[in-house]
Amino acid sequence: MGLLSWLVFTPIVGMIVIMLIGRDQHKLIRNLATFTTACELLLVIAVLAKFDLSQTGMQFAERALWIPQLGVYYHLGLDGISLIMLVTTGLLSFLACVASFGIRERVKEYFALYLLLETGMIGTFVSLDLFLFYIFWEVVLVPMYFLIGIWGGPRKEYAAIKFFLYTLAGSMFMLIGILALYFASTPHTFNMLALGQNQFALHFQQMVFLALFLGFAIKVPIWPFHTWLPDAHVEAPTPISVILAAILLKMGTYGFFRISYPILPQAARWFGPAMGILAVIGIIYGGFVAFAQTDFKKMVAYSSVSHMGFVLLGLAVFTLTGFQGALLQMFTHGLITGALFLLVGVLYDRAHIRDLNSFGGLWVKLPVYGGILIFCSLASLGLPGLAGFVSEFMVLLGSFPVYRWMTAAACVGILLAAAYLLYMIQRVLLGSLNPKWAHLKDISAREIFTLVPLMILILLVGVYPKIVLQYIAPTLEALVKSVGGTLA
Amino acid sequence: MVIRAVLIPILPLLAFVTIVFFGGALKRKSAWVAVGASLASCLLAGFEIANVIGGNTLYANATWLVVNRVPIEFGVLIDPLSAMMLFVVTFVGSLIVIYSTGYMHKDPRYPKFFAYLSLFLFSMLGLVLSTTLVQMYLFWELVGLCSYFLIGFWFEKRSAAQAGRKAFITNRIGDIGFFLGIATFFYATGTVRFVDIQPELAHAYAGSWILPVSALLLFSGAIGKSAQFPLHVWLPDAMEGPTPVSALIHAATMVAAGIYLVARLFPLFHAFEITSQVVAVIGTTTALGAAYFALTQFDIKKVLAYSTISQLGYMVAALGVGGLAAGSFHLMTHAFFKALLFLGAGSVIHGCSDVQDLREMGGLRKSMPITFWTFLVATLAITGFAPLSGFWSKDEILLSAFNHQHLIIFWVLSLTAAMTSFYMFRLLFLAFFGKTRGKFHAHESPVSMTIPLIILAVGSAVIGLPGSPVMDHWFQSFILGGHGEIHHVNSFVVAVSTAMCFLGLLIALIFYIVQPELPKKLAEKSWLFYSASQNKLWFDELYDASFIRGFKSLAGILFRFDERVVDGCVNQVGFKTVALSRVKNWIDQYMIDGLVNFTGWAVRTTSGIVRLLQTGVIHHYLLILLLGVLVILYTVS
Amino acid sequence: MTTVPLQHLLIFSTLLFFIGLYGATTRRNMVGILISIEIMLNAVNVNFISFARMLDVSATVAQVFVIFTIVLAAATAAVGLAIVLVLYRNQKTIYTDEVELLKW
Repeated sequence: MGLLSWLVFTPIVGMIVIMLIGRDQHKLIRNLATFTTACELLLVIAVLAKFDLSQTGMQFAERALWIPQLGVYYHLGLDGISLIMLVTTGLLSFLACVASFGIRERVKEYFALYLLLETGMIGTFVSLDLFLFYIFWEVVLVPMYFLIGIWGGPRKEYAAIKFFLYTLAGSMFMLIGILALYFASTPHTFNMLALGQNQFALHFQQMVFLALFLGFAIKVPIWPFHTWLPDAHVEAPTPISVILAAILLKMGTYGFFRISYPILPQAARWFGPAMGILAVIGIIYGGFVAFAQTDFKKMVAYSSVSHMGFVLLGLAVFTLTGFQGALLQMFTHGLITGALFLLVGVLYDRAHIRDLNSFGGLWVKLPVYGGILIFCSLASLGLPGLAGFVSEFMVLLGSFPVYRWMTAAACVGILLAAAYLLYMIQRVLLGSLNPKWAHLKDISAREIFTLVPLMILILLVGVYPKIVLQYIAPTLEALVKSVGGTLA
Repeated sequence: MVIRAVLIPILPLLAFVTIVFFGGALKRKSAWVAVGASLASCLLAGFEIANVIGGNTLYANATWLVVNRVPIEFGVLIDPLSAMMLFVVTFVGSLIVIYSTGYMHKDPRYPKFFAYLSLFLFSMLGLVLSTTLVQMYLFWELVGLCSYFLIGFWFEKRSAAQAGRKAFITNRIGDIGFFLGIATFFYATGTVRFVDIQPELAHAYAGSWILPVSALLLFSGAIGKSAQFPLHVWLPDAMEGPTPVSALIHAATMVAAGIYLVARLFPLFHAFEITSQVVAVIGTTTALGAAYFALTQFDIKKVLAYSTISQLGYMVAALGVGGLAAGSFHLMTHAFFKALLFLGAGSVIHGCSDVQDLREMGGLRKSMPITFWTFLVATLAITGFAPLSGFWSKDEILLSAFNHQHLIIFWVLSLTAAMTSFYMFRLLFLAFFGKTRGKFHAHESPVSMTIPLIILAVGSAVIGLPGSPVMDHWFQSFILGGHGEIHHVNSFVVAVSTAMCFLGLLIALIFYIVQPELPKKLAEKSWLFYSASQNKLWFDELYDASFIRGFKSLAGILFRFDERVVDGCVNQVGFKTVALSRVKNWIDQYMIDGLVNFTGWAVRTTSGIVRLLQTGVIHHYLLILLLGVLVILYTVS
Repeated sequence: MTTVPLQHLLIFSTLLFFIGLYGATTRRNMVGILISIEIMLNAVNVNFISFARMLDVSATVAQVFVIFTIVLAAATAAVGLAIVLVLYRNQKTIYTDEVELLKW
């Protein structure tokens, strides 16, 4: 069994062991789940260490015939794009698991589902067979549904069902696309790499691209398919919000990188301008709507819509810089928004309220929390020296020569980010202290532990982006070449 | 050498990190960390400046990012221009950090203040030493951030928090232009290095619109940071911050970054008619407008804030008319006397128990002698009395406007000089002469505050000499590196500027010493003129009504749109599906399921009869078995 | 050596069989029913042997059959008794009319 299989199935093993433990042993279950996610993180680090930077193709490949009648293979592999997502998943899953210690009810089910979720996510990012990809994609959906629907807030059923049905509708279109690719290829195959070698007619490509686009767009979510996101985020428990924002959303854009672009290059370029327009609308629209929010979590959720717009904009321009920026933005947005959701959770655990207007002056009472919140907000609004800046900067630099006016419009999104985040900081931390919150305690050591790795990475990537870019540059260069984009 | 240069910004950064992590333990000692770091970098900067004066330029780079196969670099560049800035930032900065130890001594967040100051010094020095536009943009944002923190340092006050946000966002508007300017410039020329920006580069693009556009976009960054019209609104509000901050960031250094940017890109701006005209016009408009607003302000710091905007307008105008040396020279002298004015104002506020309103002050001359004398030196310097520093640098600006045939600009700037003289002496007379009008006991400030005042006063007096005929215009040839023309003193210009100074002084004297009733009467008579100045031409109200209101309502509308229309569609699809399913459900229940149920019912009924045989008594079964066997036997036989 | 005539043997086995049958149909006690079934099986065995001797088939065939039946009887008895035992444990009775779990 190769390293990637270990990665995919370690959480499943953890889940089975947890299911065998008595339901009252909360502590044991928590520790076991944390141990499993920590092992997973170590495995990811092992992959990172063994990753060959000079190679552009798939590494750590594993291939075994699974369903011979359909030509379905158990086919795993890894390149720069997957690697970066794998790192995000491994890290955030571990941190969110530590952040889950606050879960008090039905602990056993929670952690079992959580580990199943991790398997689904890792599997999605390493599978190279469309059939396998689709299975993992759906495996993610089910635990997520329960995690929102059981441990969520007051409108959890609504949010969970909306999330499930909406994304399932998307996956349905995706499945159609996958089947169309299967039947159009000669010989029939689900192999992503082999499909990339096929030359499909432009018209066919457009149809399939559209079907896949719907599936991915709902997941990202691209405007106007984004409305499940605020609801799901608001209702989901904190660690699940983190996972949702940091990893699940990236599955959509990962789909573009892994499937739509290499297999359907002409259609992708044909749809490029449209995607760019949707991206810019999403950036500005998300920014404005985030500004209008009074719910802390909803604000962060809409800011995700805005920030994911940058990923799409980078994808839409077919330049190396744009692609690098987009992929880096996927990574940095995962770190930053993950941290922001953790911070919202910290505040919510203490105050049991998320209404921005009811806070004020908390910085006096919670100095450490205030400092961390400001740090993460600054990262999110693209302060130079922190990670968010580098990726947005690269996206904008990459898109500028292609769509000048769209880039200028997208810059407004940066302004908006400053507006809504500083407005949030002012309403939560600054001003005079509301006496209602005089009893609040500052952030605990465990909560700091979940945030510090993210902050270190945010700073590190912001100051020296090459540590991430070196992993993704060769792969993306090859991708840009294969889709006929511009390198220089 | 490079390491020494890199250490200049790194030392304050280390101080920042130390105070952030150990501020709780260090408590009041953290101030000394900041003071030590700033003095040390001042010392290091001194070595570097001496090196530059000796004729060497330090230039080192390291690749940060690769975009389109072009490396984007970070590094240090110490040439005459940045050496001048280094001098200003480290020297004035160190003095202000020392001053702050006295000014802030009662504040509960004492360590935090010094952490921010150190972070600011780091960012500002990084900006000064930048080798590329991108590096400058990065530190540009960082100084903006420090400004945000420091304006909102007393964040319990709503107005302070609000002012910080306003400053940051107004700056960001300019910065978007800055960013787009970098992008345009980068894609046009393929470089972002300052050393590549030479007249030859700009000439290669003569007749093309791309470089003028990028230059104007870059200039919008300077408009934001240097509070030029129409983005000047943030600087007066920034006075909510502690006074040393106003002196360091909002007078001497950060707001000068815009001037520094234009000076760095001077070959680019100078190469095109349109860009230099825009720059000159914006600078002149700002200089005049802000001086006009300053005439009637009563908050001591607001007067100085508008004065700063006006003086920055002077520098921009100087760069616009082609006076690179004049603009940089005024930047340096202004840093000294404006920092001194702000620190003096801080000393007054400190001595008058936090009173800032000029109408309550008066007669402070006797209770605060050191503050008064240093303030007087600064006032004379800014209004341009020979031979103090402001005289030389302001003269230089007027001279470049005059020599380059920009006569309208020349006369507008001369008028502004008269207005400057008026409002500065008005401030001086209101605060230090006459009788104390408020109810407080004024006292002189502690030594830690007066020593920087004295040093700065000496500086304000003499710092103009290197650019004067006394030292043979040494400063100008230093900045220009022997390339540009050096203007020699023109007696007409000197006469005009001196006349303007005295005119302003005279009017102020009449208004505030000789006939103190006159201003009120005049204000009533020409109330429109007066209230337009008092209300700064209603810029804030205008922006509030148009942009901010529009922004907020657009946000609200879009949110409702999102909830009702976009999400509404999704939910409607859901609800319609549910309704459709109800119909289908009926069909299913009564027709399709009916058939199924009928089958079931039929089976159940029949089996109901048959099951009567199943008695559960074994004997019955045995009996039936026996009977069965008998029947079989009978039929077989 | 006089032989017992076949008729006697058949009458004997018939009697035996009907005794068993009677027992099986009338007894409420399950052990009784089991014993009765054993009796019926033995009646069949007697029948086998008698006919074998009569018809002069090679003796081994009939004996094999009979031994088979005996083994089978033992097996059924064992299983049956086990069921009875389990039933008693659970229901505290071995009377068939009181065991009506499967009765409709």
